[in-house]
Amino acid sequence: MSVRPLPYVTLLPRAPPSPVPGHTHAHALDSDGNPVITTSGLTKVYRSRGREVTALDGVDLHVREGEVYGVIGQSGAGKSSLIRCINLLERPTSGTVTVAGQDLTALAGRGPRAGRELRRARSRIGMVFQHFNLLSSRTVQDNVELPLEILGTSGKERSRKALELLDLVGLADKAKAYPAQLSGGQKQRVGIARALAGDPKVLLSDEATSALDPETTRSILQLLRDLNRQLGLTVLLITHEMDVVKSICDSAALMEQGRIVESGTVSELLATPGSELASALFPVSGETSADDRTVVDVTFQGEAATQPVISRLSRTYNIDISILGAAIDTVGGLQVGRMRIELPGRYEDNVVPIGFLREQGLHIDVLGQEPVLLKEGAQL
Amino acid sequence: MQPLLEQACWDTLYMVGWSTLIAVVGGLPLGILLVLTDKGGLLQNVLANKVIGQIVNVARSMPFIILMVALMGFTRWVTGTTIGREAAIVPLAIGAIPFFARLVETAVREVDGGLVEAVQSMGGNTWTVVRKVLVPESLPSLVASTTTTVVALIGYSAMAGTVGAGGLGDIAIRYGYQRFETELMWLTVAILAVVISLIQFAGDYAARSLHRRGGHTGAAPKLRLLKASTATSKTV
Repeated sequence: MSVRPLPYVTLLPRAPPSPVPGHTHAHALDSDGNPVITTSGLTKVYRSRGREVTALDGVDLHVREGEVYGVIGQSGAGKSSLIRCINLLERPTSGTVTVAGQDLTALAGRGPRAGRELRRARSRIGMVFQHFNLLSSRTVQDNVELPLEILGTSGKERSRKALELLDLVGLADKAKAYPAQLSGGQKQRVGIARALAGDPKVLLSDEATSALDPETTRSILQLLRDLNRQLGLTVLLITHEMDVVKSICDSAALMEQGRIVESGTVSELLATPGSELASALFPVSGETSADDRTVVDVTFQGEAATQPVISRLSRTYNIDISILGAAIDTVGGLQVGRMRIELPGRYEDNVVPIGFLREQGLHIDVLGQEPVLLKEGAQL
Repeated sequence: MQPLLEQACWDTLYMVGWSTLIAVVGGLPLGILLVLTDKGGLLQNVLANKVIGQIVNVARSMPFIILMVALMGFTRWVTGTTIGREAAIVPLAIGAIPFFARLVETAVREVDGGLVEAVQSMGGNTWTVVRKVLVPESLPSLVASTTTTVVALIGYSAMAGTVGAGGLGDIAIRYGYQRFETELMWLTVAILAVVISLIQFAGDYAARSLHRRGGHTGAAPKLRLLKASTATSKTV
């Protein structure tokens, strides 16, 4: 690959203010927005036949108002326990859960059964499930009306609201159908409409797209994103698919063995050296073409992402730069992502150009130079 | 002979009808309670579950003829007599309650736990879960269980006939067996076969249409065809 950085580079600066569907976020996130969901020191230990399994190990989570927050992890990492502890379907062993300013753990009471106040609080938190969990004995409309029946809404109001919600999720014509007559994606739309019936501020999504094909997954994620924007709905979702986080999340957390090992907004994660989530969200690959080359991973985030740094680097030092790979996205109106570039000469020959990139506020990883990087990080 | 058999038929249906009603009223909550109080259930209560389970087991494994004799004191206390169709309803119902409860338990256990979770997440309480999820979702199975119970009760009612309850069993014993009226014996057998087939057919039909109402349209036509052919072969 020869020097052709310009097409890429010119794409980078100046995020278009108009939102690109599916990627850009209409509202840039206020980084100190009010937390809608907060957990602190959340711990869940399961005891069975004398054995103890720690599903959650001191989880602190902060989900801000109006954001889409993704918790990603492999199965068994504790994601399911976490989301069930948020509305107390599972009782945490210790720790607190606060949703919309209300300490749910305090409402829980002592017994295993949910008291009136906790149930009332739950009705204000929508939840969608991986396997939809629609009642097969009820029509689509009656399924959406179910939460309203529980809330004690009158019949007329129930059906008005249900039809309105079905219209919102694009299933107005399926009101009288039974769930078994719907496709997976349609079922999940009904599940979402049902979750919205109680006018929740918060939507919990338990692997909502994991049982769906990629095409349907995209449309359901798009729907969640639209609802997030139109209704100001805060969404907390758990998933094992990085694509889900990538396509709709403002913030993300990585869970491993019951702990949150990384968390933050997507740009914050990118700014974190060695972030596993960042490298999974923006994977770059590409092999060096010869031995006497320096391969550098450049992370774009924040202000630096608006500058045409690569072309400037090329012009300033008159060097040929090859782009080996790049993963760039527009998140919150800013370009974020990573790019793997190759500079001629060994690392020793490229100290100055690399220094230039660092001066631009970019995060730089030089491949095969881990010790140097660590030392530099320590100095900062 | 004609009025004799006719009366016997009505007596049998009377006994079975009432005892089925009582069995459903008593067995349905008992079966649901067995599920709810079980480990991991909404009303988990190991002791209550064990006690109910044990009572149901003992009552179910008791040979009906012994139960009937053993309950005579209770029957007299309730109906004032131990003879006749009203008196037979007492042991029949008591025998059928645990039988039906076990069937209900099995049917309710089949309901997807995710649905329970969904209703809980909407703020529903245990009663809501029972009313909106457990019963409606297991309704086709519950109807099938009721059919099974009715058929079992017809069998029990014949036994009740031996101790003076009347009905078809009484005819078969007194006329068919004790007076060697073989013709009458076979006639009762034929009547019972027809009655049982009709009940089974009606029960299957009801369960199937409920299942279909649940929107299982995809598989329904095939299912209907299959079941219809087996049903006709049974009645023929």
